[in-house]
Amino acid sequence: MIHQLSTTFQKQDNMAKTRKKEKITGAKALLYSLIEEKVETIFGYPGGAIMPIYNELYDIEDKKLKHILTRHEQGAAHAAQAYAMVTGKTGVCFATSGPGATNLVTGIANAYLDSVPIVFITAQVTSTLIGSDAFQETDILGISMPVTKWNYQITQAEDIPEIISKAFYIAGSGRPGPVVIDITKDAQMQTLAFNYQKCTSLRSYNPNIPLNPSDIESAAILINHARKPLILAGHGILLSKAGKELMAFVEKTGIPVASTLLGLSVFPSKHPLYTGLLGMHGNFGPNIKTNEADLLIAIGMRFDDRVTGDLKRYATNANIIHIEIDRSELNKNVEVDIEIHGNAKEALIALFDQVEANSYPEWLSEFKSCNKIEADKVIKKECYPSQGEIKMGEIVNLISEKTQGEAIIITDVGQHQMATARYYKFNNPNSLITSGGLGTMGFGLPAAIGAKVGKPDVPVIAFIGDGGFQMTIQELGTILQYKLPVKIIILNNNYLGMVRQWQEMFFDKRYASTKLVNPDFIKIAEGYDISAKQIKERENLEISIDEMLSCKKPCLLEIMVEKEGNIYPMIEPGSSVSEIKLC
Amino acid sequence: MQNIMKKEFTISLFTEHNIGILNQVTIIFTRRQINIESITASASAVKGIHKLTIVVNTTEDMIDKVQRQLEKIIDVLKVFVHTNDEIIYQEIALYKVRTTEIMTSNKIESIVRSSNARFLEITPEYVVIEKTGHKQDTTDLLNKLDPYGVLQFVRSGRVAITKQTKELMAYLKEMDEANNQSAVNSRQSTKE
Repeated sequence: MIHQLSTTFQKQDNMAKTRKKEKITGAKALLYSLIEEKVETIFGYPGGAIMPIYNELYDIEDKKLKHILTRHEQGAAHAAQAYAMVTGKTGVCFATSGPGATNLVTGIANAYLDSVPIVFITAQVTSTLIGSDAFQETDILGISMPVTKWNYQITQAEDIPEIISKAFYIAGSGRPGPVVIDITKDAQMQTLAFNYQKCTSLRSYNPNIPLNPSDIESAAILINHARKPLILAGHGILLSKAGKELMAFVEKTGIPVASTLLGLSVFPSKHPLYTGLLGMHGNFGPNIKTNEADLLIAIGMRFDDRVTGDLKRYATNANIIHIEIDRSELNKNVEVDIEIHGNAKEALIALFDQVEANSYPEWLSEFKSCNKIEADKVIKKECYPSQGEIKMGEIVNLISEKTQGEAIIITDVGQHQMATARYYKFNNPNSLITSGGLGTMGFGLPAAIGAKVGKPDVPVIAFIGDGGFQMTIQELGTILQYKLPVKIIILNNNYLGMVRQWQEMFFDKRYASTKLVNPDFIKIAEGYDISAKQIKERENLEISIDEMLSCKKPCLLEIMVEKEGNIYPMIEPGSSVSEIKLC
Repeated sequence: MQNIMKKEFTISLFTEHNIGILNQVTIIFTRRQINIESITASASAVKGIHKLTIVVNTTEDMIDKVQRQLEKIIDVLKVFVHTNDEIIYQEIALYKVRTTEIMTSNKIESIVRSSNARFLEITPEYVVIEKTGHKQDTTDLLNKLDPYGVLQFVRSGRVAITKQTKELMAYLKEMDEANNQSAVNSRQSTKE
């Protein structure tokens, strides 16, 4: 037995040595480079210019690298993003030249604004044809430049290992983001001797910023003297995997926590120190109390305009400590008192030792009073209606209870997204996958696919609106092909809900182009071999949800919801966070 | 709130010498709707490192944000921002004037002499006058020559040397050391 094992290792060792000596194609070198970077899954769509790569993939697919064929490159991009968000790995996405590459752009921009690490490999026409408007040639580097962390065009096969290694280093370090690598067809077919060296540093880019001890000290002093402090927890804490450090810090200092949209699930919703969601459709307490706080500790968040409302009337009484890895975000939107430029995890660890154990019972009880007001004016009506059409909050709340906050939740964009963010009680980090910065409709369905591929053993539930569902509806084909047991819930009000709400509130109910005539979603789903059901009445709600949750195959539940329901509370555009409206 | 008065800033960027770096840099200005007054690209004193000198007119608040966004670009090594009194700079201008104008009077010759300019090229049809100085100097000369007919006029971007005492090499050394340290740290933490 041992002898057999040692010959197997000997064989692998020899294969590795041979790999290094023999010449392989650029396309194969690309795949070997991905394997060196511990990539397991690729989402993509083939085409003319990328055929050499797919030809090499044919030999090793299902052995070393899994490839998920979507139905549109945008679907592949969003799926790769969701995969990266649930697994913490860097996503990988393939597309061909020309329209393949341009179809990725929305997905690239989405990953850029939400700081998700993805390496996009686009094929390009033969290097001699570049710039001549050849068939399916586009300047994807020029097009994607404003929405990528870095991009590069490879015209020589021998550059492939070094550039791929650099791409992964850049995408996954510091503030993560998408990288586009454009590989010409001739580079894919040239040969090279493969030798891989992982990139560990770049002269012009150092993502590991040492913390400034005097900044930490000054911050600790402010924290220890604060009487009404509030933590604003953002995506950066999830990205630096600092959930435990945040919990330790919060439990020592007793400071209440509020979350941004992308920060949701970094702190358990049911914790007594959790006060809720910030921003335009967030919870009443965190928004109102922002202007009453005397100290805001912003961690891994960027003071996006959805969170701050009118900047001139934001955090009017507070000193602000901003812990952020991207220096260009410090003092970008909001002038802060202490900039802590560094990694959230390291900053929280450093602060932990210097802050005093404390508690703010009266301050916390003010949040609880706000919760009660919000519960009476908004939440009860939205989550526990006794009559009338089914409400979005009602559905999300029920599913939250049934899954005990343990599922991975995907949303598309719109009213249902806000309802999900408000009413699902997240327990585990990285359990909300949503499009925040770009707000891309159509994100939900492909994201559900990516999330399920990344976490096959956890229930994946996607809340999608009737509008957004139709933007990437072709991805039902991907679910069919790979038999992915995702659970899709369409909240159908036959409107582009969020736009209609704004038309009601600000444009005199002039519903210009927001009414949708929808197809029979059930027939369509069944055409894709997805068990589907439509319900309209409240009495069928719980039973249908139970059915869906216990279903082991892909399933779709279409729930007809309140036609002209509105998401409240709301900070109207131009208003301050203190002017958040409950109804 | 910081200064809202606009003034002239000279941005010196040191970058890797890669294709497309200029594009990445100018996008930052386009997005913020900042007009680039002039731009010069050349090799720097350090081999393999390229220097861009960009002159813009904007507020102190905005230039701070722009500097941070420029440093964020992966291939940008370091960005320095200076006001006019923090640098020593020159711009060069060339003026093409008909030779017949010079022949008819000695006015042009005396203008060139009193402006500390020089004749760069003399042909039977035209002469080319060269002037080095600040924008005001070259504009003054243009205005003086204008009545005699300037066939072509071109002004270069700014070349600037900073008055600071810490030079790029020192920053590069610091960055190298920081990189080595973080490579050591990441190796140590992967061992744990």
